[in-house]
Amino acid sequence: MTVELKVNGRPVSVDVPGDMPLLWVLRDVLDLVGTKYGCGIAQCGACTVHLNGEPVRSCTLPVAAVAGAEITTIEGLSPDGSHPLQQAWQELDVPQCGYCQAGQIMSAAALLAKNPNPTDAQIDAAMSGILCRCATYLRIRAAIHKAAEIAGKKAI
Amino acid sequence: MDNVSVSRRTFLRVTALAGGGMLLGFSFEPASGEAAAGGTAAAAPPADFTPNAFIRISPTGAVTIVAKNPEAGQGVKTSLPMLIAEELEVDWKDVKIEQAPGDAAKYGWQFLGGSTATPSNWEEMRRVGAAARQMLIAAAAQVWGVPEAECYASSGRVHHRPSGRSLGYGQLVDRAATLPPPDLRTVPLKDPKDYKIIGKATPGVDNPAIVTGKPLFGVDVKLPGMLYAQYVKCPVFGGKVVSANLDEVRAQPGVRHAFVVEGGTDLFGLLSGVAIVAETWWHAQRARQRLRVEWDEGPTADQSSAGYQRRADELSTQPWATLLRQDGNVDAALASAAKTVEASYAYPFLYHATMEPMNCTARFQDGKLELWTPTQDPEGAKQAIARTLAIPAANITLNMVRMGGAFGRRYTHDFVLEAAAIAKQMPGTPVKLLWTREDDVQHGMYRPAGYFYLKAGVDGSGRLVAWRAHFITFGEGGRPARDAGIFAGNEFPGRFVPNFAAGRSLIPSGVPTGPLRAPGSNGNAFVIESFLDEVAHAAGKDPLQLRLDLLAATPIADPPPPPGARNFGPGFDPARARGVLELVAEKSGWGRRRLPPGTGMGVAFYYSHRGYFAEVVEASVSANKAVKVNRVWVAGDVGSTIINPSGAEQQVQGAVLDGLGAAMGQEITIERGRVVQSNFHDYPLLRMNQAPPVEVHFRLTEHPPTGMGEPAFPPIFAALCNAIFAATGERIRSLPLAKHGFRWAG
Repeated sequence: MTVELKVNGRPVSVDVPGDMPLLWVLRDVLDLVGTKYGCGIAQCGACTVHLNGEPVRSCTLPVAAVAGAEITTIEGLSPDGSHPLQQAWQELDVPQCGYCQAGQIMSAAALLAKNPNPTDAQIDAAMSGILCRCATYLRIRAAIHKAAEIAGKKAI
Repeated sequence: MDNVSVSRRTFLRVTALAGGGMLLGFSFEPASGEAAAGGTAAAAPPADFTPNAFIRISPTGAVTIVAKNPEAGQGVKTSLPMLIAEELEVDWKDVKIEQAPGDAAKYGWQFLGGSTATPSNWEEMRRVGAAARQMLIAAAAQVWGVPEAECYASSGRVHHRPSGRSLGYGQLVDRAATLPPPDLRTVPLKDPKDYKIIGKATPGVDNPAIVTGKPLFGVDVKLPGMLYAQYVKCPVFGGKVVSANLDEVRAQPGVRHAFVVEGGTDLFGLLSGVAIVAETWWHAQRARQRLRVEWDEGPTADQSSAGYQRRADELSTQPWATLLRQDGNVDAALASAAKTVEASYAYPFLYHATMEPMNCTARFQDGKLELWTPTQDPEGAKQAIARTLAIPAANITLNMVRMGGAFGRRYTHDFVLEAAAIAKQMPGTPVKLLWTREDDVQHGMYRPAGYFYLKAGVDGSGRLVAWRAHFITFGEGGRPARDAGIFAGNEFPGRFVPNFAAGRSLIPSGVPTGPLRAPGSNGNAFVIESFLDEVAHAAGKDPLQLRLDLLAATPIADPPPPPGARNFGPGFDPARARGVLELVAEKSGWGRRRLPPGTGMGVAFYYSHRGYFAEVVEASVSANKAVKVNRVWVAGDVGSTIINPSGAEQQVQGAVLDGLGAAMGQEITIERGRVVQSNFHDYPLLRMNQAPPVEVHFRLTEHPPTGMGEPAFPPIFAALCNAIFAATGERIRSLPLAKHGFRWAG
């Protein structure tokens, strides 16, 4: 079936089975491979993208269900990699293997959009669904605080 | 640039020697085909200076350093080029890093495993950089007609000290390319006090691509006309396809091919299965739901974890099959000991759980195979394909792509062989094989389970005088299964107990096993360091002090381990062990802090992969067994230099948190010859809200630096269990903790 999507601000039309998860439309059809496959059952969060600003697991989301919605992937988080989270991630050298980090950053971006200065507990609550096998959690937590600080300075 | 200078260019040949040593030598051959091709001088663009396979300097002064080894998050794509850049005297910000392809003839031993990248490259990579620096200095000295001794290099320029003149590296490439390279063995290296890059926290070179979602990993490879494959194997390891409803699968939307691959019987090689190749991975996945296969499950379909445990218990009552080590008279010492402690321990199969499942992209065309594969062992992958699929290794090009974790799993070439076998069936069409998470969980190369039966004796003064260990693992015919026999019997406290005996017995098994982060050591450390804690309590001694007291003795001489028993890193140094124990005691306030009821501290030490690590866990445990780790202190000794402090801290923190997750919840269970678990819902990794602060302290000692990926991992299991004992009085003798009713708080 033909599905109309809006991905990273750009309207696109794809001809795929309606039950194809958004993840595979992004990766195999639209060549947006920054969003990762980890489990296929919404357990690991590597596939997290924004659907109308909300973090969702794209691996279990049939594309037919998101027709017309605004979808943002890691590639569209900022035009030039300058989102405060992207800066903080590099400044604090968060990634180890790096595979889960798109999901981590997209989840953190949704958190900061709602709560510009989260506490450790609020960060844990928002981020505990995103697995990192390298266990970069301590730096992720620190980098979210750092990003909040960077964003705060920008706002002033 | 004329052809003469091109043909005189040199490159460095690094030859792997048996035993992992490296021989550096020069070969007067062109660095690459394009350089050798020559062409007309007028048409050729200005040539780069390529003094060896790892360095390229363009006439504009742009410096490219080739990252030699496979990268899976352990940080070598950053740390090995740092070594070259340091000696080359270039600024890190000006360097471009390029991943080497898998090419042993050109780059030498390219391998991820055993925490070997640092010890085997520390010297060599610095010499590679220093050689190029010396050639550039020599070139500048010729230009100026001055002695080389009056010149020095800094920030990509050669300076003439007396006159203050300087030339950029780019201005020197033509002349440098005509010079003979210095002897690598004698090329002068920098004084460590002058280091500008080594020892500085340096972010990973791929971070910009990672945070913006650029294609980087194996799964991200996309080629024109590429198809997507799944490969379905028998749930029982090594089972064979008898028949399959291929016609029905082929009729599914988007499916281009479906066929049976015969495969062999080697559990680490290409196994029988059904390939489904489709327009997208999802089309293959949907079609797979319709696949019906009749399997010949083979001879191991009745095996189970429970059966292995029963067999181990039976064997434990019999004499061991192989004696590993014997000192003094353990039976007599146990009989006369003031107090004895006896316990049996077990640890489970573990799965690697890399976030990126196994995958490989392959294209077979005109008898040549090109691969894009996340692998820890590119040369091994080529050889495995050559053996299995009759494609000569010389006809295989292997592009190394960043790995979404490895931990030992990508040392085995099963998934590479599958992709190559599928691609070979459809010449000209590139194919990306990507396993489902379920495939990945159920067709792993598991950390072997293991069983220990131990008895120790202390004398009237609480001194450990006798130790007997019967290790039961997997194997047949006296040979342990892969990575199942890594217990030599001389691991601490071996060699420090006067009456000591260790032996081994084997259980046949159909489960494929392999290395997982500090193989052998991760199981040994849980058992030995937990049992030492039991001994300390029985002896009425502080567990940390008991270790220090043992380590104060002169170790008994160490005969070579028996065949099949691998022993990582000879030359255990008790002073270094004491050093990290003392440091972790100081940093954690061991024995000096009053803890509330329900809170305890546990310590463990282990030496593996040339690294010495002592770890202390402070944990609080509620009445209903909810565990909160309050903090972990780590003291490590990996030699004189921490090459990249940022990466080093990551490796330690990651290893500790990884181990906490494994200790609490992870177990692969075998029933009816197959794996019970299937995904992250029943194979839980640690989550952020469960991650405690991990303090990392290094003790710098006068030894060459060694690797970081593994040695921090083994001690954490026992440190946690010993802390739980201190908090609750409950001794944990098998993992995971969840089996004993524990869970994370919150």
